[in-house]
Amino acid sequence: MKILLMGNPNVGKSAFFSRLTGVNVVISNYPGTTVEFKQGKMKCGGKLADVIDVPGVYSLEAASKAEEVAVKMLKEGDVVINIVDATNLERNLYLTMQLLEKNIPVIIALNFWDEARHKGIKIDIEKLERELNVPVVPTVALTGEGIKELVSKIRYACPHKCRGCEKSRWNRVGGVINEVQRIEEKEHTVFETFEDLSIKPLTGIPVAVIILALSFLAVRIIGEGLIGFIFEPLFDLYLPVLGWIGNYLGTGIVHDIVIGTFIEGKIDYGQSMGLLSTGLYVPIAMVLPYVFAFYLVLGILEDSGYLPRLATLVDKLMHKVGMHGLAIIPMMLGLGCNVPGALGLRILETKRQRFIAATLMAIAVPCMAQTAMVFGLLGKYGIEGLGILYLTLFAVWAVLGLILNKTMKGTTPETFMEIPPYRVPYFKGLMKKLGMRIHSFLREAVPFVLLGVLIINILYVTGIIHFLGETASPLVVGMLGLPEEAVGALVMGFLRKDIAVGMLLPLGLSMKQLIIASAVLTMYFPCIATFVVLFKELGWKDLVKASVIMIFVSFFVGGILNLVL
Amino acid sequence: METTLLQLKTGKKAKIIKLEGGMEFRRRLATLNIREEKIIKKITSQPLRGPITIEIDGRRVSLGYGMAMKIIVEEEK
Repeated sequence: MKILLMGNPNVGKSAFFSRLTGVNVVISNYPGTTVEFKQGKMKCGGKLADVIDVPGVYSLEAASKAEEVAVKMLKEGDVVINIVDATNLERNLYLTMQLLEKNIPVIIALNFWDEARHKGIKIDIEKLERELNVPVVPTVALTGEGIKELVSKIRYACPHKCRGCEKSRWNRVGGVINEVQRIEEKEHTVFETFEDLSIKPLTGIPVAVIILALSFLAVRIIGEGLIGFIFEPLFDLYLPVLGWIGNYLGTGIVHDIVIGTFIEGKIDYGQSMGLLSTGLYVPIAMVLPYVFAFYLVLGILEDSGYLPRLATLVDKLMHKVGMHGLAIIPMMLGLGCNVPGALGLRILETKRQRFIAATLMAIAVPCMAQTAMVFGLLGKYGIEGLGILYLTLFAVWAVLGLILNKTMKGTTPETFMEIPPYRVPYFKGLMKKLGMRIHSFLREAVPFVLLGVLIINILYVTGIIHFLGETASPLVVGMLGLPEEAVGALVMGFLRKDIAVGMLLPLGLSMKQLIIASAVLTMYFPCIATFVVLFKELGWKDLVKASVIMIFVSFFVGGILNLVL
Repeated sequence: METTLLQLKTGKKAKIIKLEGGMEFRRRLATLNIREEKIIKKITSQPLRGPITIEIDGRRVSLGYGMAMKIIVEEEK
């Protein structure tokens, strides 16, 4: 049996899904589209059933990609659990009316039942059941209230002829609302007062600055804590194992590729460049902790409902660079890892927006891996070195965005989005999301780092790096003012930026050179993993265009930095 | 008095009289239950022709400057 979870966005569908299903959750793309959905299993009437979390939609009019997919999935489902926000019954019932017209069994979960009560909204469940002719169960997905009852009633859901289908949907909704809902005015809660503060420009902008500053502080503290207390001690324990493997391999090329070269007589995780030393240390001990911290904080921001407010505040700025406010979300995702950032571009409606966003992200949004390594390189120079680098990146982001927006055909559609009320994130759902993101980071990142280290070692041993260095040296040495050895790092950057920056460490560069190298590395090409995703999302034509822009801009900016610093 | 949502003062409630746009515009607004006869409240507007935020049925919605220009409302006394 296939059970579909359907409802408007922000009705607690994900929390519901987490409640219903166990651990085996799969995220996949609907065939032939870029729309993602989650699938899991649950027990229903003693049998295992598939549960599908259909993308949240406001209607079934197939006007957007998500709606198209929802309509297609509906044809494959056996029963629909329609999750309805009890605090916003009228608007939610529009989708319900459309579902009822489709002649598929429907059961309604009246979610946020507790919140509706607090808000003074009274809904007569029995009357609603009679009006709609389907089972209705009040639920609170956050605490699990009502979920068992809902599951036990799934079998009572049956298809039926809808009443008064000849009347327009909104008229029917209005009729039902008049029958079943009574609203008493209640005082504003603390959350509601904060809702006003965080969206009015005068107070909203300072609030945004504080929230973002606290978020990045939290990411740093959690990330550093994990590295210092968990990952570094773990890798210290791992060191003797490496030594043992090293002894077994003896000296020579194989040793240098697998374990790496010794720095001052011992293995140095940052610089030895062995598959099993640096190749594992960089993604796991240096980057993963920050990725974990970043997605934890981002998940809280997402689930609390803050991000659409931020999107409203920055909407004007984002329009200037050819996107609308919601594009701030993939951009922020990109600060964690550009791969989910690139996938997140799907929320932008037009191809033009996606192209601009993808190009800007690949060039000027440093992922956690890059940030971690840039801090490693420039951290010792404090705010000066880091400040110049990040200001440069932001300037590139803004100027390039302006140029692309002015030169590309078409316009950006206007913003139109719901601002959901603030809600306390559901812990289990938060953890599930974090787990899935970490899992996909490890799946994407670790193999590529290992492959990257392997390739670079082979290139090094065979002398190809040296050859490339000589070929590219006029550009790298002349234009960017970097030593010839830095070319190897730039080549590495095609595979993994984090490692590439790590390769610059032993070269003894000056602050100026380090800033230029970090800037060029961050900008000229996204990592291979991002590149592959961008290929899928944009198609090869746009990707070639974006790549040309990337390489040109990075050398141009690097050259300017070399002149002015 | 009829005016556009854009000109409506922040904090005021108003009834939607007319949506001056094509089918697609009306359909888009209707998905969030923004229709003729509905009562809305203007919460805030962002500077420099930024988006307008309104409240409808106790829910907040942000919409673009140009869209707000096409929504004709009558202020509620």
